[in-house]
Amino acid sequence: MTPLLDVADLSIGFGTAQPVVQRVSFSVRPGETLALVGESGSGKTLTCRSVLRILPGSAQLRSGSIRFGREGAVQDLLSLPERKMRSIRGNHISMIFQEPMRSLSPLHRIGNQVTEVLKLHRSKSGSDARKQVLETFEQVGFADPERVFRAYPFELSGGMRQRAMIAMAMVAKPDLLIADEPTTALDVTTQAQVLGLIKDLQRATGMAVILVTHDLGVVANMAEKVVVMNKGRVMESGPAAAVLSAPQHGYTRRLIAAAPMIPQVAAPSAPQMHDDLILDMQGVSKTYQMRGGAWKAPVHVHACIDVNLSLPRGRTLAVVGESGSGKTTCARIALGAEKPDAGSRVLFRGKGSDAPLPVHAMDRAQRTQFQRSAQMVFQDPYSSLSPRMRIQEALTEPMEIHGLGTRADRREKAAEMLRWVGLSPDMLGRFPHAFSGGQRQRLSIARALTLDPQLLVCDEPTSALDVSVQDQILTLLEDIQARMGLSYLFISHDLAVVSRIADEVAVMRQGVIVEQAPPDTLFYSPQHPYTKALIAAQPEPDLSRPIDLALVARGAGAPATWPEMFRFVGTDAPALTEVSPGHQVRCHV
Amino acid sequence: MMFLKYAGYRLLTMLLTLGVVSILVFAIINLPPGDYLSNQIAELRATGQAEGVAKAEFLRTEYALDRPLWMQYLIWIGAAPGPQGFSGMLQGDFGWSFEFDQPVSEIVGDALWLTVLVNLAAVLFVYVVALPLGVLAAAKSETWVDYSAAFIGYLGLATPNFLLALMLFYYGNKYMGLPIGGLMAPEFEGEPMSPAKVQSILIHLIVPTFVIGTSGAAAMMQRLRANMLDELSKPYVETAKAKGMAPARLMAKYPLRMAFNPFVADIGNLLPAMVSGSVLVSVVLGLQTIGPALLAALKSQDQFLAGFVLMFVALLTLIGTMISDLLLVLLDPRIRYGAREG
Repeated sequence: MTPLLDVADLSIGFGTAQPVVQRVSFSVRPGETLALVGESGSGKTLTCRSVLRILPGSAQLRSGSIRFGREGAVQDLLSLPERKMRSIRGNHISMIFQEPMRSLSPLHRIGNQVTEVLKLHRSKSGSDARKQVLETFEQVGFADPERVFRAYPFELSGGMRQRAMIAMAMVAKPDLLIADEPTTALDVTTQAQVLGLIKDLQRATGMAVILVTHDLGVVANMAEKVVVMNKGRVMESGPAAAVLSAPQHGYTRRLIAAAPMIPQVAAPSAPQMHDDLILDMQGVSKTYQMRGGAWKAPVHVHACIDVNLSLPRGRTLAVVGESGSGKTTCARIALGAEKPDAGSRVLFRGKGSDAPLPVHAMDRAQRTQFQRSAQMVFQDPYSSLSPRMRIQEALTEPMEIHGLGTRADRREKAAEMLRWVGLSPDMLGRFPHAFSGGQRQRLSIARALTLDPQLLVCDEPTSALDVSVQDQILTLLEDIQARMGLSYLFISHDLAVVSRIADEVAVMRQGVIVEQAPPDTLFYSPQHPYTKALIAAQPEPDLSRPIDLALVARGAGAPATWPEMFRFVGTDAPALTEVSPGHQVRCHV
Repeated sequence: MMFLKYAGYRLLTMLLTLGVVSILVFAIINLPPGDYLSNQIAELRATGQAEGVAKAEFLRTEYALDRPLWMQYLIWIGAAPGPQGFSGMLQGDFGWSFEFDQPVSEIVGDALWLTVLVNLAAVLFVYVVALPLGVLAAAKSETWVDYSAAFIGYLGLATPNFLLALMLFYYGNKYMGLPIGGLMAPEFEGEPMSPAKVQSILIHLIVPTFVIGTSGAAAMMQRLRANMLDELSKPYVETAKAKGMAPARLMAKYPLRMAFNPFVADIGNLLPAMVSGSVLVSVVLGLQTIGPALLAALKSQDQFLAGFVLMFVALLTLIGTMISDLLLVLLDPRIRYGAREG
C-alpha cells in the first residue's frame, strides 16, 4: 500500500545554527498509527508541526519533502501555496495539542469553535453544521452534546476540553490526525479514557494517526509503528512490537529502562511497625471558603477530610492522587504553610528523644527550629529558582536567614551540597538558566539540604522532567535518604514513581484517603475501585499489559458512582477499615 | 437578566461612590483657611468700602457660609434646608459663583456640553487611531510598519501638548485654513444652534481633538500592540491556524478579541485623564470648556463653582468606569460567569 504521508530527509534549523531536526524520514499508511517518541529537545514537535507548516516564524526548512495524499492525488506539502495549504489544515490533516486548557479560545463557545471548521472547509453553517457537530460530540463521548455546544471552555474539566479538541479535529473527518502529547497534561485515568477514545475513533473512521509522545507506555498502548528521536535525529524506527521488545539502539534501550513501571508483586512481605514518628497527622481537615457573589452565600470546598498520616523516621510516605485530590493541601499543612480546620492535629518530632510538637501551635523559637528541620522540594525546577540569583546565593540564602556559620562556612556547605547532588562546586558562580531541568531539580534538592533538615516534603519533584532524568533524580533521592537518614513525605500523581520510592502509600480521591498500604501490598491486592483504576490506567511500555479501560471506568468516576460497598455522596464517606495488617480501605463493612 | 441585575448593582455602587466623592470634594475645597467671601470682606474692610461689605455679608448668610461645615455640606448637596429651603445639587441648584457673580449653572451651561463634546471626540480619536495601528504593528511586528508606528507613537507621547497645539494652529491655519483658537467662530457664541454653528464647531474641533488625543492614542497603541503580541503566542492561536483559518480572520476573531479587554477597561481611565489633561490645553487653545473656569475657581476659592466642576469630572469618571465594566461583562464570558480561571 502506498503511504498517506511520506516525510523524507527533513531538516529544520534556526538562524545560522546547526539544524535541530536532521534528515528525518518516516511514512504513515492510511489507518495506521505512528508514534514519534522522544524527550524534550528531540525535535519531535517541530517535525510534526512542519507537516502542517505551522512552525514558528524563525524556523527554516533546510531540506526534505513532505508528500501527502491518497493514491493519484499526492501533493508536496512543502511547496504548496499557502492558500492551498489552508484547505489541507483542519480538513485533510488536523491536529490536537498538549494543553487543552490553553488550546481553546476562552472567549468563544465550544460549539462556535468547532463549527468553524465546517464553515471553513465545507461552507456549512446554521442548523446543518450544528447537527454534524452535535453528532461528533456524541461520538467523542459527551453525555450532553447540547450543553457542551453552548459551554465556554472554562466550564469544562481538562479531560472534557481535550474531548472537545478531539471533536474539533475530527469534525471534518480528516485522513490524518496529528496528536502532539495529547494526554500529557491530563490525569492518568483521564489519559486512559482519551487514548481509548482516539483508538475507537480511528477504528470507526479509518484515519491515520501520528502520536507525538515522550511516554513509551502510551506508545505500547497505541502505536503500530515507532520512530524514536533524540537531538533531532531518528535513532530507531520500526514496528512497535519489535522496537519495544527488542530495541536495537542503545538510546531506545535506555529510554525503556528508565520508564517507571508498576511492579508485578508475587507476594507482599509482612508490614513492619514503627513507633518513632517524625510526622503525625491526625484527623486533619481543611475547608476553604470561596467568596460568593454579591448576593450569593459563600461556598465551602473541602480540600481534605479527616486525613490520618504518620511518617516513621527515615521512611518515605507517599500520597498519591490526581489533581484536586487534596494531596498538596496535606503537604502544605504538614509544613505549617496552611492552617488546618479546628480539631486537626499535626505533630512533629525533630529528634527521637524530643517531645512531639504541634506544628500549628509553636512558639517563635520552636517554629524557627521546625522550619530548619522541614524543607520542601518543588515541582517546577524552572520557576522555583530565582533567575537573578547565582547558585551560590540561592544555596547560602537559607543559612543566612537562619544566621548559620560565617560566610566561608556557608560557601563551603554550599559546595559540599553541590557535590552531594552530583554537581560540581565550580558551578556556584552560575545562574540557573545555565542548567538543564534535571540539574535545576538537583539544585533545589541541594538548597533544601543546606539546613540539614530531617524531613523533606517533595511535591511532584519529577513530574516536570524527562523520564531518563526522572530516573536519575529518584536515584539521587534514594541515595540521600540512605546517607542522611532523611524522612520523605512524597506527593505524586504517578503510582509507578511511587512504587519505587515509597515505604507506605496513601491513595487520595476528593479529599479522602481511599486506600493505604505498603506499595507491595497495594499492588499485589488493590481493594478499592479507585486504586484499581489508577493501576489499570497506568500505561506500561509492555505490549502484554494494555490499559484495561473497563477497570478504569469502574473506579475513575465520582465516589457516588463507585460499587455499593465503596459508594458515598459528598463528605459522608465510610471509615477506613483494616482489611489485613497494614492495609486500610475506605469501605462500608 | 443576570446582566440587568449586575447593571443595577453597578449603578447603586456608582451612586454610593459619588456620595463619598462629594464629601471628599467638599472637604478638600474647604481645607484652606477662610472662604471667598471672608477673604473679600477682609479686603473690603481694609480699603474701607462699607457697602461692599454689607453685600458680602448678605451673600454669606444667603449661602449659609456662616454655618458649621457639616451643615454647609448638607445644604450644598441639598439634604438639609438652607436659607431658601431645600435647594442644593440634588434639587439641581448648583449655587452661586462669587468670582463671576453669576449662578454656577449659567457659567458652565454652554461649557459643560462643549467639554463633553471635546473629550468624547478625543476619546473617539484615540480609539480610531490606536486600534488599527496597534493591531497592524503587532501583526507586522519587527518590520518597518511596526517601527514607524512605534516612532510616530513615541513622537506623540514625547511632544508637549501646548507645543503641538501651537504648531498645529500655525500650520493648520497656513496650509488648510483652519481657525485658530476657540470652539466656534465668535459670531455664534451665545446664539441658538443652527447648521452653520454646528459646522463651525466641527471645524474648530479638529485641532483640539488631535492635541488632546495624541498622547493617549500613542500610549494605547503601544499597549494594544504588546497585548496582541502576548496573545499571538498563545496555543489557541496555533489551534486556529491548524484549523485552516486565513490570517486576517484569525487575527480578528481570536487574539484581537482577547487583547480587547484592557482596551475596553481603559475607557474608565481615559475620560478623567482627558478632562483633567485638557484643562491646560483648553486654556492655551482658548477653548470654552469648563477647564479654564475650574482653574479660576480653584485659584480664588470660589467654592460652589469649583465643587460643581469637580463633581462633574467625578461623574464622568464613574460613568466611564461603569460603561467599561458593563462592556467587559458583555465581552468576556469568564467575567460574566464569575469563573476563577480560563
